[in-house]
Amino acid sequence: MRDVAVVGFAQRQMREMEGSPTCVELLVPIFAELFESTGWTKSDVDFWCSGSSDYLAGRSFSFVSAVDAIGALPPVVESHVEMDAAWAMYEAWVKISMGEADTALVYGFGKSSAGQLRRTLALQLDPYVLGPLWPDTVSIAALQARLGLEQGQWDEKEMASVVARSRASGADNPYAVVAGETSVDELLAEQMYADPLRKHDCAPVSDGAAAVVLAAEDRATETVARPAWITGIEHRADGQSLGLRDLTRSPSTAGAAAALGGSGGVNGVDTAELYAPFSHQELILRRELGLSDSVSVNPSGGVLCGNPMFAAGLVRVGEAANRVMAGTSDRALAHATSGPALQQNLLCLLEGRS
Amino acid sequence: MTGTLHAPLRVEFDYTRSLGPVLSRFMTGLRDRTIVGARASDGRVIVPPVEYDPLTHQPPTEFVEVGPGGTVSTWSWVSEPVPDQPLEKPFAFALVLLDGADTPMLHAVEVAEPSAMHTGMRVTARWVEEPAGHIRDIACFVPEDDASVVESGGFEARKLAPQPPEKDPVSGIVTPVRLDYTYAASPEESRFLRGLEEGRLLAQRCPKCHKVYIPPRGACPVDGVPTTDEIELPDKGIVTTFCIVNVPFLGQRITPPYVSAYVLLDGADIAFLHLILGADADEVRMGMRVEAVWRPREEWSTTIENIDHFRPTGEPDADYETFKAHL
Repeated sequence: MRDVAVVGFAQRQMREMEGSPTCVELLVPIFAELFESTGWTKSDVDFWCSGSSDYLAGRSFSFVSAVDAIGALPPVVESHVEMDAAWAMYEAWVKISMGEADTALVYGFGKSSAGQLRRTLALQLDPYVLGPLWPDTVSIAALQARLGLEQGQWDEKEMASVVARSRASGADNPYAVVAGETSVDELLAEQMYADPLRKHDCAPVSDGAAAVVLAAEDRATETVARPAWITGIEHRADGQSLGLRDLTRSPSTAGAAAALGGSGGVNGVDTAELYAPFSHQELILRRELGLSDSVSVNPSGGVLCGNPMFAAGLVRVGEAANRVMAGTSDRALAHATSGPALQQNLLCLLEGRS
Repeated sequence: MTGTLHAPLRVEFDYTRSLGPVLSRFMTGLRDRTIVGARASDGRVIVPPVEYDPLTHQPPTEFVEVGPGGTVSTWSWVSEPVPDQPLEKPFAFALVLLDGADTPMLHAVEVAEPSAMHTGMRVTARWVEEPAGHIRDIACFVPEDDASVVESGGFEARKLAPQPPEKDPVSGIVTPVRLDYTYAASPEESRFLRGLEEGRLLAQRCPKCHKVYIPPRGACPVDGVPTTDEIELPDKGIVTTFCIVNVPFLGQRITPPYVSAYVLLDGADIAFLHLILGADADEVRMGMRVEAVWRPREEWSTTIENIDHFRPTGEPDADYETFKAHL
């Protein structure tokens, strides 16, 4: 197993993208930005891996059209996951760790605004007893939120605090689609949307794309001064039956955290970028991860400020890695989620070396 | 005109799935207006039953009838229902712990206002008129006070015979899926389509490899750079490759046999698919010169269908060597 590091990150996020759901017009400038920052050309990339969804795009093989953005002649080594691109990054990490490639460019993209996102995502559910009821993602998250509220595991103020802190942090993020100063009282004065959730408890529907560059050992150190070394990466899934899960907990997150390598796993991280598309889910994640109050959680504002589906998990990795590369973090945790009510969770530990 | 072109797009299909023995048991029960759970290795009754035990991963063997009454263990208010949900007006989704079950199941609860919902409230299943063996056989749950039939208390799970009902078990489900999108063409595709509306064929040339793409793409698939240089192409070209369609299919507009061909316009580096008429199918050949036959101008819009078909020009065929790189 070889050491692998993140050596580049670029992103675009917006409320509604004008262009086609293949997102080629977003990916071309993102790749150009990464070639600029790494000093690489296309031929320096051994492996390309992407995450996206045809259901989001409303057309088949949208990821094949997206390959246009690479310029795939002569042929490139390429793969795709029908998941958030954080999972594509996992595939690329495996490939580099095993010595099958020295470098990889991982990208994800999604035009959530093309359809009705909360409804489209019902297609990720069990197709026998859940999917045919078209339970939208917001309603399922609201079932989870109420369980915790009524059991006293969290309260409305804590949820609103997550939103207020996220939006304040997002004010410094040029890619945030929702951001700005607000107060818990102001937020709680807003009306219910999916009782017990208010609209601000839910990540905004957003479009966008993101890409991360990975490199092994020497390739990493010769590319950037301070690579963000991946010292642990784990993912776990909980079952698909909602009724069998304790929705106030996330055993898959706890399990991934327990298995995470690096020097001490989650302990000692100074920064955490968590993919919590609903405010109460951040509270669940923090508890499962055992994050102390000194950890800077979602300094980018997190997905409550912008949630381009199938890219937003990779954005968490990129945001965490950027802080390590910039020297403002020594150990950062990135988290990505997929499926209803935090069903699947991926953790990635990024560390700088002095 | 600015901005990209948008059009409504509907993706529609019947999600057709066969059932294994466990879900067949559950769906057959629904058809017969009963709700069936399965006992897990830890003694819990799981509803709907899962195909493999969460602990031992063995298929369950003991089935019990539960409900139709139960209590709400959590709920959320759907203030803006989306199409195909159980109710069209605002309603609650709830996890309902059915009498005799140890795990709750998701379904809708019909009440007028969120204030009529609370955790712990009693609800009961309302069946559709003609159950067919599908989760939607339960139209929704309703507060027990509103139900015409009220279960009495002291319910005990009724153990069922180990074998599924002999009579015509449900072996599959069909769930219609309908997804509506606003599909946007890319900026390059939008320019191409607007050109067609004026009877022009607009292509783009890669600034790097100088290949000419029609329809234009966001990026040159060879170089990955935006194709910025626009050029107009003639409506004449050649057939590179083709197939003779003999098979009828749903939505077919032309009576088979007919020829679908890749047409490479003069000056283009990529061919596109179109229809060849004006020659018998067995006369069409690779390298044949063709020209566009446009529909009447008053019918033109932002579509490739402005070109009704291509027809042979009668000019000499192109030499294979001149187009072999485009196959």
